Amino acid sequence: MKSPDFAYLRAESLDEALIALADNEDGIVLAGGQSLVAALNLRLQAPELVIDINHIPGLDGINVTGDTVRIGALVRHAQLMAHSGATRALPLIRAALPYVAHPAIRNRGTTCGSLAYGDPAAEMPACAVAMDATLVLASTDGTREVSARDYYEGLYETQREPYEILIEAHFPVAPTGTRALFDEVVVRRGDFASLGLAGQMRLGGGSIAAFDLVAFGSEPAPRLLTDVAQIALGRVADTGLIADLAQAISDAVRPMESPLATPEIRRRQYRALAKRALRYAMELSDA
Amino acid sequence: MPEDTIRFTLNGREVTVSARSRGHLGDLLRYELGQTGTHIGCEHGVCGACNVMMNGRVVRSCLTLAVQIAGAEIETIEHARSDRSTVALQNAFVARNAFQCGYCTPGMIMTARELLAENAAPCREEIRDAISGNLCRCTGYQAIVEAISDAAVTLREHADD
Repeated sequence: MKSPDFAYLRAESLDEALIALADNEDGIVLAGGQSLVAALNLRLQAPELVIDINHIPGLDGINVTGDTVRIGALVRHAQLMAHSGATRALPLIRAALPYVAHPAIRNRGTTCGSLAYGDPAAEMPACAVAMDATLVLASTDGTREVSARDYYEGLYETQREPYEILIEAHFPVAPTGTRALFDEVVVRRGDFASLGLAGQMRLGGGSIAAFDLVAFGSEPAPRLLTDVAQIALGRVADTGLIADLAQAISDAVRPMESPLATPEIRRRQYRALAKRALRYAMELSDA
Repeated sequence: MPEDTIRFTLNGREVTVSARSRGHLGDLLRYELGQTGTHIGCEHGVCGACNVMMNGRVVRSCLTLAVQIAGAEIETIEHARSDRSTVALQNAFVARNAFQCGYCTPGMIMTARELLAENAAPCREEIRDAISGNLCRCTGYQAIVEAISDAAVTLREHADD
């Protein structure tokens, strides 16, 4: 299908983009366009104005400091994947990026665009919630910071106001020894996940010292499983713990009704996925 | 209907063309510039038939607005045929029967060329991962994976030519 008509603005500065967005109620921001242009072609979106931010200088940087990795609005998934400093500092991002769509999509699609849009099946929002990332939103009034854990409110519903642009994401550098946990159930490699798990874990003296876990894909928005993670703290990483966690995860999720699978099937898939992902993260054999 | 005149480099040649804001790059290439080697399949980023190179990276031409490419360098399958990686891939695709209807082939070649530029000796799994975003409804993929693997061998053997 072909997109409906719209006006196109190539913004040359962030101010120009923010003013255009503030002045046009039906304006929409184009970064990588890998969700937006598909939605336009499918006529799921019909904006009056598309504001292209790809030529705004200064938004394509990755900045790694001692405690934070800052990712600019125009950083492509492929660019982040190839940045050894960032992927070393963010093991969960490193584990999740290969699951984000396909190479040609990763070449264009931006990490911040994915974070801003909040597709329930997308990997980056789930990672941002698990890692407690901070999202920086700009408007003509200035900037504000929102925790990723507050940002996602429901199905494509976020705290971003229509006149705001997500200009940067701040990911906390994972402490040494952090293990990433990422896996998903997907029909075709790179497609949207039916469901998935994203988390980070640290072990101390053989037991779990820290654990953050998120379920996504089956839920309207990434679900932080705080009570599930609590079960693991202080316990030894063994098959007994994995069985308890897998059960707790499948009890805690609230899968949406889908024509493809009942919530009960999704819960079973979560149990199986959790066992696989936890065994891998804990480096236990497939016994 | 909003329309812009855009200039960009197509296959090494400067072109000036008028583009409607709602049109995508794939349609511009085919209908305005007669470059029909780029095939349009799903028009929402799933099938990969429309893959072209933009500023040195493979992108979906259906997910790129035509007006976005002002100032960019675009390379399509028509131009790619002059490079040795593409020739190796084309020969291997023929030898392995890696296409039947041929609709997905230009996109497959563009994707495979980027893979081989980054990874001279990809294993089967890496090849399958690279072409995961390119649908083929005829071959069942096995022949395509073999062809890309063969092309990689050919390119390694003749690396110094």
